[in-house]
Amino acid sequence: MQTIVAVAQREFLAYFRSPIAYIFVTTFLVLTYFLFFRGFFLMGEADLRPFFSLMPWIFLFYIPAVAMGKWAEERRQGTLELLLTLPVADRDVVLGKFFAGLGLIATAIMGTLPLAVTVSLLGNLDWGPVIGGYLGLLFLGGAYLSVGLVVSSGTQNQIIAFIVSVIAAFVLLIIGEPIVTVAVPKVLVTAIQYFGLTYHFESIRRGVIDSSDLLYYLSVIGFFLWVNCRIVRERR
Amino acid sequence: MIEVSEVSKRFGPVSAVDQVSMMVARGEIVGLLGPNGAGKTTTMRMMTGFLQADAGRLRIDEIDVASEPLRARSRIGYLPENAPLYHDMEVTDFLRYVARLRKLPRGEHLPRLRDMVERCSLGEVVGRPIGQLSKGYRQRVGLAAAMLHRPPVLILDEPTSGLDPNQIQEIRQLIREIGRECTVVLSTHILQEVEAVCQRAVIINRGKVVGEGTIGELMARGRGRVRYHLHLQATEPAVREHARALHGAQLIDCRSTNGEWHEVVFEATNGMAGTDFFDWTVAHGWKLQELRREAASLEEVFRQLTA
Repeated sequence: MQTIVAVAQREFLAYFRSPIAYIFVTTFLVLTYFLFFRGFFLMGEADLRPFFSLMPWIFLFYIPAVAMGKWAEERRQGTLELLLTLPVADRDVVLGKFFAGLGLIATAIMGTLPLAVTVSLLGNLDWGPVIGGYLGLLFLGGAYLSVGLVVSSGTQNQIIAFIVSVIAAFVLLIIGEPIVTVAVPKVLVTAIQYFGLTYHFESIRRGVIDSSDLLYYLSVIGFFLWVNCRIVRERR
Repeated sequence: MIEVSEVSKRFGPVSAVDQVSMMVARGEIVGLLGPNGAGKTTTMRMMTGFLQADAGRLRIDEIDVASEPLRARSRIGYLPENAPLYHDMEVTDFLRYVARLRKLPRGEHLPRLRDMVERCSLGEVVGRPIGQLSKGYRQRVGLAAAMLHRPPVLILDEPTSGLDPNQIQEIRQLIREIGRECTVVLSTHILQEVEAVCQRAVIINRGKVVGEGTIGELMARGRGRVRYHLHLQATEPAVREHARALHGAQLIDCRSTNGEWHEVVFEATNGMAGTDFFDWTVAHGWKLQELRREAASLEEVFRQLTA
């Protein structure tokens, strides 16, 4: 536990010691605000739904960027050798990196709170679904992040890590979308939908926090973090 | 203290380390010698648990590296090749981070840090980002991080590579000091380094141990004989004549350099020493300007050992 906190803390602060964090967060927020308000005034409704439907797509590019350097850069710089020869369990390092990334995602998400407040000032905003949506975003982000970390641990090249993570996350994202489900046999549709990242996000966003949805995200995250540990061990 | 027995490691079709065995006793400073790509780094990475051996057994301080990796790693201080460090961190932040991951008691962080800063002469760079430091300082920060928890075993991969001559001297001095308290294994491809710092050397080539022993033993085994160069004032026939009386040494070359001055080369067996040649010259009343034992290059020793 102590180790996880130490690793997470260092890795989180490392984002802010370089321009990376500022660039990430700024681009994320500028893009989000722009895309949201472009449609907002046309709709004329105090509703954050367009914002939440936007997020899985922005995350698709934003989170692989958060994850790409986590292992790849350490391997390239050789610092991985330093880290993995300290008496710390691989699992603790993996979790530390995960929470550091999640911290940056949470920071960026918090930057969108003024957007929600603005909307609530302009109209009658129902805060229930909004809180659910934010919670869902964190879980969705965690799922993307765990995928990105797995990809990052398999390469020394950040660009490759980024592109492969985008593709992997994209597959997980569209798997539950109608465009895919229409092509599969009817009996499998529910099962396939269940594996899609957005399907569960939709219900959390509606303000219905169902344990099955949380369980889904937790198992996706848990599975990929486990794979990550395996890759780190196999590459020893 | 360190037991490596019949350890092998393959990378795909390439056999990087092939059945390497070596023992290092408590308090020894041992040099792992070999050309680039010989398997030194791979061997060290297996000792520290960064790589897992495909076959064989490694034990550090009686602890099996494969079955109790965390306990084994806690006994080791490791300086990887080129001292990789987090360049974005400040020296003290970095050392404190290592102390945390090593789970040193909080109260001990500061005194240990102070101790390391003093021993590794880091006073001038405390609080500076590691990325701004010179190679020599980075190497010392790496050493400080490796020694922070006062490990009984220190493993240093090419600790002096890429440093200038002054820095090399400083690092060697530091290693000699450390060697009084703990067991040290260091890798290098410079023979003088082993001579300057180590008590013993293990020579690796193409993943195999090809020689082991003190420097004198290795050179003698590699060559079988040692060469002595003498610069003396005598006639050539006299030198040739009296050289026969020198048992255990064979005249290889006698060349005039300037009138009566001759450059004479002997190949001697192990029993001969420089003093024997000195006495021989004096006995014949010749003037001696220079007498030296040829410093064999590693390459030469290698050629012999791998033939």
